[in-house]
Amino acid sequence: MAKFNRWWILKPVVFLACLAPMVWITRAAWLAFQGLPSGLSANPIDDVTEFTGLWTLRFLMITLAITPLRRITGLSSLIRFRRMLGLFTFFQGLVHLTTYLWLDQFFMWSEILKDIIKRPFILSGMIGVTLMIPLAATSTRKWIARLGGSRWQMVHRLIYLSGIAGVIHYYFYEKSDILDPFAYAVLLTFLLSFRAWRAMRQRTLKPATLVTQK
Amino acid sequence: MLIKRASDVPSSEITPETLYHNRREFIKTASAVLGIAAAGTTISGCMPSVGAAGEPQAALNTAKGRYDTTEKPNTLEDITSYNNYYEFGTNKDDPARNSKNFKPKPWTVKVEGMCKKPASYNLDDLIKGFTIEDRIYRMRCVEAWSMVIPWAGFPLKTLIDRLEPLPSAKFIEFKTLVDPNQYPEQRRAFLKVLDWPYVEGLRMDEATHPLALIATGIYGKPLPNQNGAPLRLVVPWKYGFKGIKAIVNIRFTDKQPVNTWQQQASQEYGFYANVNPNVDHPRWSQARERRIGEFFKRPTLPFNGYAEQVAELYAGMDLRRNY
Repeated sequence: MAKFNRWWILKPVVFLACLAPMVWITRAAWLAFQGLPSGLSANPIDDVTEFTGLWTLRFLMITLAITPLRRITGLSSLIRFRRMLGLFTFFQGLVHLTTYLWLDQFFMWSEILKDIIKRPFILSGMIGVTLMIPLAATSTRKWIARLGGSRWQMVHRLIYLSGIAGVIHYYFYEKSDILDPFAYAVLLTFLLSFRAWRAMRQRTLKPATLVTQK
Repeated sequence: MLIKRASDVPSSEITPETLYHNRREFIKTASAVLGIAAAGTTISGCMPSVGAAGEPQAALNTAKGRYDTTEKPNTLEDITSYNNYYEFGTNKDDPARNSKNFKPKPWTVKVEGMCKKPASYNLDDLIKGFTIEDRIYRMRCVEAWSMVIPWAGFPLKTLIDRLEPLPSAKFIEFKTLVDPNQYPEQRRAFLKVLDWPYVEGLRMDEATHPLALIATGIYGKPLPNQNGAPLRLVVPWKYGFKGIKAIVNIRFTDKQPVNTWQQQASQEYGFYANVNPNVDHPRWSQARERRIGEFFKRPTLPFNGYAEQVAELYAGMDLRRNY
């Protein structure tokens, strides 16, 4: 009976919760497309772009919060959600990127290329999503085994850079009200410095204590 | 200066039906705004004439529609729900939500600087006797979206003539109301979005161009609070941020005013802010725009499609430098 534990319930619940933003925006966009009341503004396409961008950042922050939460609360089993959350981040990022490529640029690749080269705003967003590709590609157990734990972990630290690129991208997006990007910057700083602080502390601890702590 | 017609299609043909049916109410409102009785000539000027095909052709007022675009106007819902009016908040729906209790009446406009009639005016007195016209203009926001808006108002030149600027006046500067009780963003201390008051300006030849409008209404009704009640500037060949709202101060000066967005980020926003697809905003392209209500972006036109009328104002100027 060991297999039929609470994870059989919790994982699908979290999965469905993660789908909720996508379901909501898809429904709203469909309503807006038909000219029905949708909860979106008069410019629903920009709303979709903004919404998916914001949720990419939110999922990224939630994913990055797993490790600090585990350490602080002692709920080590939270690790079971990390891959799912990371893949949802990537999924949101891809949808967000698609809104730009399709609805903003209509797949005019030369324009897109010019945009990337010319504008730090677009470049930072591109970097943010691109850095997630190797993470998503190596998210399976097979890849962990293939790369070996520590090398796999090195690759997956790219998420830190992706987060930084994402917050910079958000900062460039705002014309003058930088309160929200500022809030995300504070949150990201906390999530990253928690790791830095632990890494430094572990280095100063004796190997023996490290083992017991594990 | 020769002003060419934007088109030969009269505005009456694109006046929305509901507005047409409400024309009498509009006349009353417009007359009330003007502070005059809706008498004789005004009324007859507003009566609909019947076209050859038997279609009523609503001539709402004395507007001739010579500057009107023939493009389909956006709905009142779009125009009043999707606004940039940072005093009320930085989200597009903040102005509609937070302007409900705004008091556009009574309203005082202070006129100062190089003119013969500097004074504090009650708005009704300031614009008394002006004919309110319809002007269907394109509006292009610097954020790469656009709308078509049927404004009601009078040429800025009419007001300038009344105030009799001195020959030394080369620019006109406008300021928006400062009232933290009515404007939530003006109460914000942390990471303040802009320096208040909001300031805009025009060169005198721009300000006296027939296209430059002071709007007091939309769709024949008094200007909604979120659109800049009771009076705002509309300069259709420039980015929307030039259209300063809720004006309380007009100053004639010989120095080029520093407008708010230029002060905020001078690499991104200049004094002229003429719509120009060839000069990008550093963070995004201005080559195309999304017309509200449309799916894909369309190309942006130089001077927002008003080049024929206004390009000569900038003859010989480097528009890359004077963005």
